Amino acid sequence: MNNGAVLTGEHFLNGDVACAEGALAAGCNFFAGYPITPATEVAERMSRRLPKTGGIYIQMEDEIASMAAILGASWGGAKAMTSTSGPGFSLMMENIGLGMMTETPCVLVNIMRAGPSTGLPTLVGQADVMQARWGSHGDYGVIAISPASVQEMFDLTIEAFNLSEQYRQPVFILSDEVVGHMYEKLVIPPAERIHRIERRKPEKRPDEYVPFMGEEDLVPPMACAGEGYRVHVTGLTHDEMGYPHMFHTTQERLVRRLVDKIRLNADKIIRLESDFMEDAKVVVIAYGCVSRSAREAVERARSKGLKVGMLRLITVWPFPTKKLRELAGRVETFIIPEINYGQVAYEVERCAGDRAEIVQVGIMGGTVHSPEDIYDVIEEFAQ
Amino acid sequence: MIRRVPPTEPFEVERHLSKNEALHGIHPDDTYLKPGRIPHIWCPGCGLGVVLNAYIQALKAREIPQDRASVISGIGCTGRAAGYLNMDTYHTTHGRAIPFATGLSLIRPELSVTVLSGDGDLFAIGGNHLIHAARRNVNVKVICVNNFNYGMTGGQSAPTTPLEARTSTTPYGNVEHPFNLVSLAAASGAVYVARWTAFHARFLVESISEAFMKPGFTFIEVITPCPTGYNRPNKLGAGLDMMKLFREKSEIHHGLDPNEAELDLKRRIVVGKFVDLEKPTFADGYEKLMNGDPKRA
Ligand code: SF4
Repeated sequence: MNNGAVLTGEHFLNGDVACAEGALAAGCNFFAGYPITPATEVAERMSRRLPKTGGIYIQMEDEIASMAAILGASWGGAKAMTSTSGPGFSLMMENIGLGMMTETPCVLVNIMRAGPSTGLPTLVGQADVMQARWGSHGDYGVIAISPASVQEMFDLTIEAFNLSEQYRQPVFILSDEVVGHMYEKLVIPPAERIHRIERRKPEKRPDEYVPFMGEEDLVPPMACAGEGYRVHVTGLTHDEMGYPHMFHTTQERLVRRLVDKIRLNADKIIRLESDFMEDAKVVVIAYGCVSRSAREAVERARSKGLKVGMLRLITVWPFPTKKLRELAGRVETFIIPEINYGQVAYEVERCAGDRAEIVQVGIMGGTVHSPEDIYDVIEEFAQ
Repeated sequence: MIRRVPPTEPFEVERHLSKNEALHGIHPDDTYLKPGRIPHIWCPGCGLGVVLNAYIQALKAREIPQDRASVISGIGCTGRAAGYLNMDTYHTTHGRAIPFATGLSLIRPELSVTVLSGDGDLFAIGGNHLIHAARRNVNVKVICVNNFNYGMTGGQSAPTTPLEARTSTTPYGNVEHPFNLVSLAAASGAVYVARWTAFHARFLVESISEAFMKPGFTFIEVITPCPTGYNRPNKLGAGLDMMKLFREKSEIHHGLDPNEAELDLKRRIVVGKFVDLEKPTFADGYEKLMNGDPKRA
């Protein structure tokens, strides 16, 4: 790809813009969105860049339509994305469900602000973690990635596209207002060094193709519109042929596969960053902008000789349950600073609450923990 | 946590791949229907078969290959039409067929993209999408089946239910004024607007094939009988009685201001082609202003 989509070089940009550049580098050629603070800069960048790189940008009438449009474009063979924040994320839930049920690759960026409702439109929040996991009705598996820097907004948006193509489903970038609006150095590598994964296409002839039959990794190859496969795609419970089948045995096979394709591939999807873990008795778990304050607090504690480790969730979903259970045996305290009243902390408690103490350091939104806020709690529990 | 789930029953691929092949192909138009999907779920006397057939006949008239056509639908009785057609078809969420079709049509401009859905789907829950798609003039062909009620869920009132009509949720009569769909579509910017009834099968085929050739947002309303949902509480009889009513009460007025296109089952049903104009589509404008190829990268 050499159509100007990859802006190789060094830049000084904000996280939203880096996210848009990451999408373009991943091969995104369709964007539908609706203005919303603090995600608007993603759309603005796409509106400027997509037409010049052979892609389509469209501003829809709302977030419901934006989500529907990217699903339609994806079935047309596009790599498609939308971006939003809390209120828009709520509106997208309906068609996120359709995307999950029809196994449609696409990327949805949520630059989290503080809710509920209109909340603090211009200020940070992290309270959509559980909504990302359980927001649309019914059971399905979720992949959500939480970048913590401008560079990661670029790198992990590419990763999000790759995961969506590989596992054939909507993938979330769960970022936040601070990371979205902060300016940092961004290095964009040459186009040929960018690793891109494309959706698997059917190898069988149309009359032998079974469109919703998972392969070994439970993911079915995808035939898009106009490719001669004549696939019926429905949000109704469908059999492997794609046809509606209102029966519990079909529901069992389909929904179990939708959940299992993420659950059973979780080890391959999960990305964590761990530091100072060898002898840690106290572990701070953080993600997104808060992980930056947490890192400083942990480093300060280490310099004072406290046995503190740090675990940064790069993927928030699927949750690193196995890793947490492993750690629970030797770690005495988990400290979870996050900008909500306990969402990741709730998961940590589920995994490790029977053997370790769980301390949630919550802020309801509008600001980030200072390193001192986190350090004070570390000191209290690491003595 | 210990998880106990029932064993899954395997899917019999061979049986499904060869399903009903013996019966499929008896009718010359069977090639347009997915093997093994008939019988359909619609009630006897329903007008939906007429509309589905009209779509097929229009494809044939224009010699549009199946692999260059796609049908997208929302939820409801009409929503099920997509699933019977032997092409790439998408049965989306309630009201969202048009934005889905917008995405597909913009990325695959060579495809003939049709939205086939009902009045409740397109004008109640999906009303906002319809007016904006018309305003943008995206290249999507909308066929809206108007049966005056929500048939699938058992005959509730819709934005098209006539004043004082009875439905399962207006047991004392409807107090709301119905939309005039053709007027709304025209006011929103559709480049082609027509209304027919299930009785006007030939006109309908002609109208759909005209819309196929018309770049931009086209809108065709088809009035259909719904013997199960709407006819029963309003004592309108069976499907055939409704077809007789359509014949008696219909008047063709091409070129009439759609605001004047009356739709009153007791007085008169104005049908015809009301709007047919030229206007740049979204894709035209995009290509012109961006000075590049708006298609795929
Ligand atoms: S309920 Fe009405 S619209 Fe639906 S299939 Fe029956 S007759 Fe047709």
